[in-house]
Amino acid sequence: MTAGGSAGRSRVEVRLEDLTRKYATTTALDRLTLTLAPGELVALLGPSGCGKTTALRLLAGLEEADSGRVVIDGEDVTNVPANRRNIGMVFQAYSLFPHMTARKNVEFGLQMQHVGLAERRDRATEVLELVGLSMHANKFAHQMSGGQQQRVALARALAIRPRVLLLDEPLSALDAKVRARLRDEIRRVQMEVGITTLFVTHDQEEALAIADRVGVMQSGHLEQLGPPTEVYSRPATPFVADFVGLTNRIKGVVRDGSVDVRGESIPLVHPDVADGPATALIRPEAVSLATNGDLADGPLVGIVIAVAFLGATSRVTVDLGDTTVLAQMPTSAATLLKAGTKVRLAMRTDPVLVQREEPATTAP
Amino acid sequence: MTAAGSPALSTAARPVRGGRRLPLSSIGVVPFFVYIAVFLLLPTAIILGGSLVAPDGSISFANFAGIAKPYMAKSFANSIAISAVSAVVGAFAGALLAYAVVTGKPNGVLRRSVTSASGVVAQFGGVTLAFAFVATLGTTGFVYEFLLQRGIDIYTNGIWLYDLSGLTLIYLYFQIPLMVLVFLPALDGIRPQWREATESLGGGTWHYWRYVAGPLLFPSFLGCTLLLFANSFSAYATAAALITQGGVIVPLQIQALLTSETGSSQPGFAKALALAMIVIVLVVMVLYTLLQRRTAHWLR
Repeated sequence: MTAGGSAGRSRVEVRLEDLTRKYATTTALDRLTLTLAPGELVALLGPSGCGKTTALRLLAGLEEADSGRVVIDGEDVTNVPANRRNIGMVFQAYSLFPHMTARKNVEFGLQMQHVGLAERRDRATEVLELVGLSMHANKFAHQMSGGQQQRVALARALAIRPRVLLLDEPLSALDAKVRARLRDEIRRVQMEVGITTLFVTHDQEEALAIADRVGVMQSGHLEQLGPPTEVYSRPATPFVADFVGLTNRIKGVVRDGSVDVRGESIPLVHPDVADGPATALIRPEAVSLATNGDLADGPLVGIVIAVAFLGATSRVTVDLGDTTVLAQMPTSAATLLKAGTKVRLAMRTDPVLVQREEPATTAP
Repeated sequence: MTAAGSPALSTAARPVRGGRRLPLSSIGVVPFFVYIAVFLLLPTAIILGGSLVAPDGSISFANFAGIAKPYMAKSFANSIAISAVSAVVGAFAGALLAYAVVTGKPNGVLRRSVTSASGVVAQFGGVTLAFAFVATLGTTGFVYEFLLQRGIDIYTNGIWLYDLSGLTLIYLYFQIPLMVLVFLPALDGIRPQWREATESLGGGTWHYWRYVAGPLLFPSFLGCTLLLFANSFSAYATAAALITQGGVIVPLQIQALLTSETGSSQPGFAKALALAMIVIVLVVMVLYTLLQRRTAHWLR
């Protein structure tokens, strides 16, 4: 496979070093440092305004950093204009040139590189086949679905054989089914070409599904960077725990490196947290429910108030009197539960994060 | 099951009648169509009929032969020249102004003030506009006198304000804002992603305008220029108020032929001229519509 260039050329390391970008009084990016290994797909995840798109635009050269460096394959490109960085980019939506066919769109970058007509055609055909759209080469943007348009945009970005591929929320304008399919398609193509890729999204499911590593951002900072399983299972901060996946917030008391939650003692991720009242952050899948055994009233006995069917798993909401707790379990087990069923909670003793209530502090 | 979904109930409540009935809401458009019929279609029909009536009352195409007369051909040439110049100059100036507006803040002061002012000024014409220019640039106008006191005489080669040059300048007063109003939607349709995509694909500003923005905007620009041409070609009141010498442009020729006080009025010939103007404007407007339709998919 040669689309997108030879593997050797595509697999480059990308480093963002101490990048800072301010807009008037707002700091969009605050000394961001991030390294993408050759051929790696890193997803930057975070809410609107967290700085993820700014980071991508600084890497693309579409904005200038106030300070810091962008290094691609060992070359400092901080002051290199966007059109000389050789970076492929897929935008959120509507980025295809509407007066050109899919083929002409794909050929455009090659035309800018003064590639001959015959080679342009060959390479356009090659990348359109790569994204499965060779049948639609002569269609205009308005004649294609949103998903097809984004695949053409991906083909266009890859046609120039870029050193790096940037994806700026490329799936956010699509409906759920197309989004999931195209997400897998992007990953397949990225792995096939082997190109170093930065993917920006606010959708945690998307980030966790597609990336080699996920970087969770907040207020211009990288809160955590790691493989999807690590980010989900061992969130480094309460923000990550809250933003990635669902989290139960249950009051407890920190004592000697663990937290007492309704009579259960759970170890802490960061055992050096000072003793005192705190809120434990516990994943729904760490909570299990039992309908037999001792159901006498107690701090861990409650009433099921809702069961939400999610497909293979279901989410059960339990009223404990002074709070509600979510438990996630296989649907086969959840079918036994109805609203009003009395249950006993049990919590896995995986280490958890805690958060102080007042003043707001986070685990170190 | 709702009542609306029940055929039985629907049929009972509204007896079936022959033919299709227009919905009640369409009553609102009736005055519009009546207006169009009375003030556009009927006069056009009258002009068409009248243009075929020769001075001796017979039905012929004799009136149209008069269009080829040198003095009349000259009027047509003048009308076309003044319309073309004011359309092209107005289109470029208006497009530049519109571009300045779209590059500013979407709801900024510049955009709000320019679009509001354009909405008013584009409709400004006739005696009022002619007087405004006479009062400023006329031989007793305050701008003329101000310049004269500083040694600048804009009329060293004659008082051009009252001939075709002056009329062209005055037409620009409403042509430029009209261009702003009709071209702004096309500029608004240009997405910032297209420029960024061009850059990321290795293109610069020249490539962006040459291959992306230019081809996208050109049909709309051309269409808007044609609209300006039609706007100028059919203008009458400003020229009538400014120019006393009859017959410089076609609308003034028509006026002279209809209102001659020397007993030489030729209503049939006037209507033939009017019909010729209608045909020209119609051709221009069809081209305008085709060009607008071409870009409709692109710049939504």
